[in-house]
Amino acid sequence: MVKEAEVRDPLILGKDVTYHSITEDVCRPIESKAGRLWWLVFGISVILAIWGTGMILYTIGRGIGVWGLNNTIDWAWDITNFVWWVGIGHAGTLISAVLLLFRQKWRMAINRSAEAMTIFAVIMAALFPGIHMGRIWLAYFVFPVPNQFGSLWVNFNSPLLWDVFAISTYFSVSFVFWYIGLIPDFATIRDRAKGPIAKKVYGLLSFGWTGNVKAWVRFEEVSLVLAGLATPLVFSVHSIVSMDFATSVIPGWHTTIFPPYFVAGAVFSGFAMVQTLLLVVRKVLHFEHYITFQHIELMNRIITITGSIVGVAYLSELFISWYSGVEYEGYAFLNRATGPYWWSYAIMMTANVISPQLFWFKKLRTSLLFSFFISIIVNIGMWFERFVIIVTSLHRDYIPSNWSMFHPTFVDIGVYLGTIGIFFVLFFGFTRLFPVLALNELKSILKSSGEAYRDKDTGHH
Amino acid sequence: MTKEKFIYGMYNDDDLMIAGIKQLQAKGIHVRDAYSPFPVHGLEDVLGIKWTRIAIAAFIYGITGLTLAVLAINYMMIIDWPLNIGGKPNFHFYQNVPAFVPIMFEFTVLCAGHGMAITYFFRNMTLPGMPARNPHPRTTDDHFAIEIAAKENTNFSKEQIEEMVAESGTVAVFEKERIVKFL
Repeated sequence: MVKEAEVRDPLILGKDVTYHSITEDVCRPIESKAGRLWWLVFGISVILAIWGTGMILYTIGRGIGVWGLNNTIDWAWDITNFVWWVGIGHAGTLISAVLLLFRQKWRMAINRSAEAMTIFAVIMAALFPGIHMGRIWLAYFVFPVPNQFGSLWVNFNSPLLWDVFAISTYFSVSFVFWYIGLIPDFATIRDRAKGPIAKKVYGLLSFGWTGNVKAWVRFEEVSLVLAGLATPLVFSVHSIVSMDFATSVIPGWHTTIFPPYFVAGAVFSGFAMVQTLLLVVRKVLHFEHYITFQHIELMNRIITITGSIVGVAYLSELFISWYSGVEYEGYAFLNRATGPYWWSYAIMMTANVISPQLFWFKKLRTSLLFSFFISIIVNIGMWFERFVIIVTSLHRDYIPSNWSMFHPTFVDIGVYLGTIGIFFVLFFGFTRLFPVLALNELKSILKSSGEAYRDKDTGHH
Repeated sequence: MTKEKFIYGMYNDDDLMIAGIKQLQAKGIHVRDAYSPFPVHGLEDVLGIKWTRIAIAAFIYGITGLTLAVLAINYMMIIDWPLNIGGKPNFHFYQNVPAFVPIMFEFTVLCAGHGMAITYFFRNMTLPGMPARNPHPRTTDDHFAIEIAAKENTNFSKEQIEEMVAESGTVAVFEKERIVKFL
């Protein structure tokens, strides 16, 4: 057995953790009844989800005139929410794919729920371009399908079409990656299930998994290759999303820094969302042995790194808008900071640039309460970043008589809150019905990185 | 559907299982397969099971996807209906190719990922509606089982094999029928 270096802290805490106790711990939420707190938060999410679904149906029924858009600002909360949700999704793939390629074993306690979050977030994101079409029943027009208009094809030069391919590839490959990892764990639940319905359902979900040598060999190879395929996807998807803006000639959008800047921002907000969710999951489902302070600290470090990249990008944009000498570009940035939307710029700067820097203090980055607080602040900040980019660049049109402000209607707000509701309905459902930790992968690191085995064998401590 | 009977030995630790397999192999017994709750590294070498070639399949699917993307884009944007976008040259594929790269890349990944996943499901025979085929429910929890076919070990009687398996550090030895072929 290959041992981890002794200077590394164990990843699975507890002196009496065995293979069986990992199974027990992970299956407990699935096999027991949900507590009152779970029903409370699930109930709130369901109400939000129903309200949001109503608002979405209202939008589809009446057209997007019910949103606060106007002639000047023809893209606002819809695209803000789209970019926000896609960005949040990136952390899951980064944890499951990039950290797998870098052999970071600490990913194993958090990858399952991070991937689930990715999938739910991408579903929420995909909703927005869908309803923004107005006539959602014509959504098949975005795909290169032969149609009744003869030689009418989609435009392969357009970043909006790149988006279609990027998001659908990203979603479906992430989903398959997630599900392949889930199959052996579903088999564990299947083999433990007592009720006939649970046995049937998990039997169906586990696809008749056997766990023989060749199956595991294939499993490992598929995970590795899918990770290799998903890694460039992480970077390509948000780069392409940024090109929706960067290839247009709107001051404030037309910048070459956008792709790396958006990817860093996406990982930044995604890790913040993972942090928010995992701190709650850890507490409620009693996973303190698996999601340790080390995990939280490492995630906070990634938040600090990506937050710093975002900060550097903001400052570079400001510098270049002045240094380029283009007066429209210069005005766009001056207007962002001092114009009528100065408050959203201030929120963005404070939440995204200053707040993650507080994690340089070890006391703060190892504090659960503070991490939770900052993770929420970061997500608010990242929503405002997209709002600032989109709305402040649009609201000062080329002709001053077109200058305008954006006022969200109750439908805008309802759809946004609704997607948060649907997201949490899916996520809370996931925590009760799915194995939240990759339980069988965790067993494979128990002997090398588990506190119980390391200390027994080395006679250390 | 073909079924066959096998002898199974159960261990409660992966290291004990590998030691047990080596002990049995030293006595001349052929262990054909093993079942574990998680991937036990090095087990395929001990049992002489070859590494999978699924990554090569993924590469072929990827190349296929790339080719399809190039052919389709070339047909739609160059041959069938060239779009005049700001008067930029659009009569040949190479004049537009930088703008086609993102979709060529995405489609390569799409085909490689899904092609490999489908191959994986079929090769493992893990498909919706399949029955559980592990010899004991605890092999997905904390136990490890080895599989021995009596007809592959004709030098020994079944009782002798079972006795040797029992002596190799197992917690249980049993005989069970399992599906070996679906068609």
